[in-house]
Amino acid sequence: MTEFYRSYLAVAVLILAAIGMVGFMLGLGRLIRPVRAQEQKYIPYEAGSDPTGTFGQSNVRYYVFALLFVIFDVEAVFIFPWAVNLESLGWFGLVEMTIFVVVLTLGLVYAWRKGVLRWA
Amino acid sequence: MIAAAPIATPAVDLWAIAPIIALVATGVGLVLIRALLRRNQAVTPVCFSVAVVGLLVAAGLLARQWHRVRDDGPIVSLADMVRVDPFAVFLGIVIVAATLAGLLLAYAYLRREDLEAPEYFALLLLSAAGMLMMTTANDLVVVFVALEVLSIPLYVLVAFDRRRLRSQEAGLKYFVLGAFSSAVFLYGIALVYGATGTTSLSGIATFLAGNTLFEQTTLLVGLGLLLVGLGFKVAAVPFHMWTPDVYQGAPTPVTAFMAAATKAAAFAAVLRIVLTAFPQYRDDWRPILWVLAALSMLVGAVAALVQNDVKRTLAYSSIAHAGYILMGVYAASSRGREAALLYLLVYAFMAIGAFAVVMIAAPGPDDAKHSYDDYRGLAVRRPVLGGLLIFFVLAQAGVPLTSGFVGKLELFGSVAQAGETSDYVLLVIGVLSAVIAFAFYLRIAWTLVTAPDDDTAVAAAYSTRPRRVDGWTGIVLAGAAALTLVVGVLPGTFIHFARDAVFF
Repeated sequence: MTEFYRSYLAVAVLILAAIGMVGFMLGLGRLIRPVRAQEQKYIPYEAGSDPTGTFGQSNVRYYVFALLFVIFDVEAVFIFPWAVNLESLGWFGLVEMTIFVVVLTLGLVYAWRKGVLRWA
Repeated sequence: MIAAAPIATPAVDLWAIAPIIALVATGVGLVLIRALLRRNQAVTPVCFSVAVVGLLVAAGLLARQWHRVRDDGPIVSLADMVRVDPFAVFLGIVIVAATLAGLLLAYAYLRREDLEAPEYFALLLLSAAGMLMMTTANDLVVVFVALEVLSIPLYVLVAFDRRRLRSQEAGLKYFVLGAFSSAVFLYGIALVYGATGTTSLSGIATFLAGNTLFEQTTLLVGLGLLLVGLGFKVAAVPFHMWTPDVYQGAPTPVTAFMAAATKAAAFAAVLRIVLTAFPQYRDDWRPILWVLAALSMLVGAVAALVQNDVKRTLAYSSIAHAGYILMGVYAASSRGREAALLYLLVYAFMAIGAFAVVMIAAPGPDDAKHSYDDYRGLAVRRPVLGGLLIFFVLAQAGVPLTSGFVGKLELFGSVAQAGETSDYVLLVIGVLSAVIAFAFYLRIAWTLVTAPDDDTAVAAAYSTRPRRVDGWTGIVLAGAAALTLVVGVLPGTFIHFARDAVFF
């Protein structure tokens, strides 16, 4: 085994340990817990009342919010290192980041005008 | 706090990336206009005009760049990541022309299919910006970013006909396979970086020229994965599975745009990567391209024979054409590069022309009926339209006096020039494929000139009022036909144009 592969040995050990630990905990739970199958336990939870219609476990309308969240999450990932190094980057960095934020804002304006943010 | 040490920022030559900026700015501007004119009836015409102006500006900038880079040498900017050379500008012009065609064809089409949405124009321009970026990329990371920028709008465009199931299916299929191929490409970049320590194409070449690799597996696997990733985009066999379904399902203007522009952009990346970065490894990548070219030509032509759908036949024919162009890459000479460039130019117009006729000629309210039976007797009922489709498919077959003939001649010539046994074998396969391809092109032509067998079919064909050719589509058809004819009759100018463009 070369040095290159040996350096990844720790990763392999960690993967095995993770699988072993999760398997142990789930397996132990399965062994000692009582199992009483009831039909009600297998329907989606809707605040205690019986679910109506074809409502699944989550509403598809959350998807748009999730998408918008991801966009601004990624924006934050870009902005943090930029903000820390703003002095070093100088005007170049400021202009670049302004363009980036403006383009993203335009996307938000578009989504807003399209009524994506209204819970219809 | 520690005093901040300035970080060196790359010099930006805005002139070098001006065409890309023009397209991105227009695309973003269209999104803004769309948002502000939400309820205005005039929003589609306004957006259409803005998009056309943006494309013309980009075309003008490219034309000015052409003269400058041809006379004064390439412009390298942005820390060596962007390289504007005659090669890039030539393909940029092809891409902008194809985008213009995709735009003009769509105007009447979107209204007809009740899909009117200015988002189409914005997506088209953003995709074209990614393609221009790809032609100028001199760094694997830029190639990857360009690949994503051009692909993501295309996924949406393919699925643009939301109500038609086939369009949705095509969009999903293209998205899943496209994402897969992007991942493969990215893995290739990682391995090549691991082997050479750089992602810059010229940097890789310098490194490989100056160092002998102790262990080549990483680099070769990386190169192979890069070719697989790009093989998906150019639709080379065996990475072609998505092509027929996507070309058939996508709205026809999008199909035309994809066949012409995506192919040009993807081949730009293929040519640049293998010839700029890996010239020392030509003995390793040439056999791969040999196999890809041979399989694409044969499978594309044979599969096209047995189709019952005109749009699908043209999709398979585009796979065969990818194989012909791969022959030019395989030749690995400046003659081969010139032939590949010329063929990308002429194929773009042959494909746009054929798909433009298909867009108009299909009977029925939606863009779904493209079987041979639907096209039977088209040239009798509508001589000009049918005649144009016959002209375009014969050009794709490579009949003399059309651009397809000149293009094929150049490609075959470039392979013959290399003169080894394996080259001649590939040449024989190419000619064989061209002969097989003739059969299905003639089948399309024959279908167009023969009347339907039974009277009910005739009645059905005549009962639907023929669709008018709107002005914009007329311009595209006339332009594509004129170029296909002019290159066929007077190829000199265009061969010179391509010859000037071979320089990296």
